[in-house]
Amino acid sequence: MNLMHPDPPQPSDGMIICNDVHKWFGEFHALRGITTTVQRGEVLVIFGPSGSGKSTFIRCLNRLEEHQLGQITIDGIELTSDIRNIEAIRSEVGMVFQQFNLFPHLTVLENITLAPIWVRRWPKGRAREVAMDLLERVGIVTQASKYPGQLSGGQQQRVAIARALAMQPKIMLFDEPTSALDPEMIKEVLDVMMELAASGMTMLVVTHEMGFAREVAHRLLFFDHGQIVEEGTPEHMFNDPQEERTQQFLAQILS
Amino acid sequence: MVVERPVERLGLIGWLHKNLFSTWYNILLTLLSLALIVAVVQPLLIWVLTQAEWDVVMVNLRLLLIGFFPLDQIWRVWVCLAATMALLGLSRGIWPHIVGGVAPVYGAGLLLLALLPIELNQRLWLVLCGGLVFAGAALSRFLVQRSNQRIIGWVAMGWVLLLPLTLWLLRGFGLVLPVIETSEWGGLLLTLVMAISGVVFAFPLGVLLAIGRRSELPAFRWFCTISIEVVRGVPLVTVLFMFLIMLPLFIPGSESTDNIARAIIGLTIFTSAYIAENVRGGLQAIPRGQFEAAKAIGLNPVFSMLLIILPQALRIVIPSNVNQFISLLKDTSLVVAAGGGIRELLGMADSLMGQAEFQGKQAEVLLFAGLIYWILAYSLTYVSKRLEQHIQRHTT
Repeated sequence: MNLMHPDPPQPSDGMIICNDVHKWFGEFHALRGITTTVQRGEVLVIFGPSGSGKSTFIRCLNRLEEHQLGQITIDGIELTSDIRNIEAIRSEVGMVFQQFNLFPHLTVLENITLAPIWVRRWPKGRAREVAMDLLERVGIVTQASKYPGQLSGGQQQRVAIARALAMQPKIMLFDEPTSALDPEMIKEVLDVMMELAASGMTMLVVTHEMGFAREVAHRLLFFDHGQIVEEGTPEHMFNDPQEERTQQFLAQILS
Repeated sequence: MVVERPVERLGLIGWLHKNLFSTWYNILLTLLSLALIVAVVQPLLIWVLTQAEWDVVMVNLRLLLIGFFPLDQIWRVWVCLAATMALLGLSRGIWPHIVGGVAPVYGAGLLLLALLPIELNQRLWLVLCGGLVFAGAALSRFLVQRSNQRIIGWVAMGWVLLLPLTLWLLRGFGLVLPVIETSEWGGLLLTLVMAISGVVFAFPLGVLLAIGRRSELPAFRWFCTISIEVVRGVPLVTVLFMFLIMLPLFIPGSESTDNIARAIIGLTIFTSAYIAENVRGGLQAIPRGQFEAAKAIGLNPVFSMLLIILPQALRIVIPSNVNQFISLLKDTSLVVAAGGGIRELLGMADSLMGQAEFQGKQAEVLLFAGLIYWILAYSLTYVSKRLEQHIQRHTT
């Protein structure tokens, strides 16, 4: 079972189209020719050993890192160094970080309304309404006037998800969203992500939460040494992985 | 089962034992400190209260406070002071945890000064200024309790407008009010004008230099770096000497420009280089994740700097910037050493010592000037400490 396109994909094919994407950090070749297409509404889980390029890959999709070869097209717009394209794409792509990266000097509500007010130019009242709805959705509506430093890790990460959703993005990127959390808080964040996946959001999730992958992902990508070693549905990847490296890695993390 | 936390109760004896006499070396230190305090404070108090002749200060009070500012226009100075005190009071009502004791102490101090043997007119102004502190505090507290948030914006606006308004009122610029040349300004008034103008101009300049030094544009970065390093490598007296004495020699016609303005430019440039380095430290302390998160939600670099990075960086460097402002306040006295005939508080004190009838009264004059510097500097420290604590309490 192979979803890779035989031909260079056309813009109409998907939400995210990557064609032979390469990235170097100095001499280190971090991404070695990533080619994949993500369909609208697809939930993609990316996993692999540390240093395999999985975080670098999703950070290239909103230009936190710059790729040096190949093409990335997001919702029909190609990512080039044109600053207007980058800002247009960033406002369509939400990102959730391992370390939450909430703004510590702003309240929860201000964290969420900041971008809608300053980037989308919404009136304050509307931004506030949307923010309160989102806080309701992620289950922390009572914490709106607190500062991030006063919340638990799980609550902070749920605020971070709400902050990204406030821009009404078409795509959500998750960079190891539960890796910095205490075990008892992982579930509350995964629950929010599952609800989001069920709502039809296009999601790319770098994670080692294989329970989440099995239940929610449409497709899994296994990264190693900057390449997609193997990809497929959860049934394929968990029950019948073809590549030896995939088998070894899964054996290690599932044991 | 609920267990009450045991309450520690220390009597006076217990407190003394715990804090001052707990070990043999603490006993020794306590006794030594006590001896030192008695040895220094006792003679000082005796001198201040019984031997010092404060006539020299009382007779020259006007010179020490406002220099040769014309007496018939003195109301302008009073209006500036009254506006400042009203704002201080209003701020106390809005931000009681930050302004704290500064407002009531200043207000009470002004009211007490009205007891001095001075003209009735001046006494009424003092009562007005002191009264405005308390009236302002009461008014804004009342409005805030009624959750009238607009007062906060008005008071912030008032602080922003205070300096331009003060400069206009004091000098006149020929609009409505007659011009009073800055050569007639002096004493504490001039110290405050130079220090506050220096802060207000140096702060934004310093922030810009700090951002420029981290810019990705090489030309801009080099310009900022070189400016900062050149200014930091030179003593302040040299910078002031440059602007007060050398500039008129180099640029014909510039000798007719206002030398107070030139002193303020020198102080501003000097202070901005140090503020730039403080702020750069703050910028470096902001984790990379904050920049990335700002980018990821679509903020452009200007918004990201103004809304996310600077507010955090400036909070980190409050103590070092306040330090810089205290330095500036005291360093205004260096304009005397640079020459140019400016008589701010210390310069005025210095020239008073030359008066024949007050020969040998240096100690009184210098102690008075020192007291004023200390009151101002300590107020700044006090407010900045409380501001820091306030931010700490409210974000964690």
